Amino acid sequence: MRRSYPTNVKIIRVPCTGRVDDVHLLKAFEQGVDGIYVAGCLEGECHFLRGNLRAKKRVGHVKRILAALGINPERIQMYNLSAAMGGRFVEIAQEMTERIRALGPSPVKTGKGKEFVEGQGEEKKQ
Amino acid sequence: MIVAVAKPLEDIVAMTDRYDKIILAGCKACVAVCAAGGEKEVQLLASALRMARKTAGRELEIREVTLERQCDPEYVEQIRGFAGDYQAVLSIACGVGVQYMAEHYKTIPALPGLNTSFMGGSLEQGVWSERCQGCGTCILHLTGGICPVTRCSKSLFNGPCGGSSKGKCEVSTEMECGWQLIIDRLKALGEFEARFVELFPLKDWSTSRDGGQRKIVREDLKQ
Repeated sequence: MRRSYPTNVKIIRVPCTGRVDDVHLLKAFEQGVDGIYVAGCLEGECHFLRGNLRAKKRVGHVKRILAALGINPERIQMYNLSAAMGGRFVEIAQEMTERIRALGPSPVKTGKGKEFVEGQGEEKKQ
Repeated sequence: MIVAVAKPLEDIVAMTDRYDKIILAGCKACVAVCAAGGEKEVQLLASALRMARKTAGRELEIREVTLERQCDPEYVEQIRGFAGDYQAVLSIACGVGVQYMAEHYKTIPALPGLNTSFMGGSLEQGVWSERCQGCGTCILHLTGGICPVTRCSKSLFNGPCGGSSKGKCEVSTEMECGWQLIIDRLKALGEFEARFVELFPLKDWSTSRDGGQRKIVREDLKQ
């Protein structure tokens, strides 16, 4: 296949997305990453039965925390794909890169105030 | 256990806004079990608060600690060595913990990070339900092990009332009628006739909250 994906995507390997904790995700944002996506196995295909479903819930929790902090929850996303879906992996990496690029640097890094107001469902104009 | 839930993050951010150095104190007892104020929640909240501050272009220094319990003086005293270096203590223990912090550290404000809700147990992971209101005079031996003070919305002692319909309480269709539960249970135990025909005398509420702050002194344990 030999397809390439954007170099800004850094992969952190975990044995199962069930290992991904809210704290890991939040600390990454705290350290200044602009976006995170969790790539888990297809729903119903988890070797550990519910690992990817747990991860999905945790991503949802972190989305709510980000929204409450005025950070666009679109900066974190859960994807499901199998190990055989290399093409989709590249698509997701590109999709996420484009999305985050459009949002710009994380307000945690820039310190320029909130970029998102809860309830309005769209980015606040700065 | 004492069940509590986190206050909205926006409220905590606003509450801590005027401080630059705080202690965030969790508790390893009840609130850790109900996933509201344990070690993990300390990490999560600390991270979120620091992010909120960084987003505003400022810094917040947080000392993260999780005490064995915040309702015993010897554990609350464990932060004595460095408490003076901070401007406030944000406690994510129950209301008891927050007050113990306030009582022990007179010069720095104690802030509550949780809303303490009730005494209850878990029904399943992530679901908790109230079981006891600490009325001070337990009558569970008379009501089939189901508390009418807690489970009946009106805390009736000679229920059910007219609001009971098909086993549900009029307060909510999802809420079971406490007295229906009691009667069903007494019938199953074969104690219905013996218990239910008897009227409960007036309950002495002086052991409950109506008598003001309560205190227990055990002379056999007291030093």
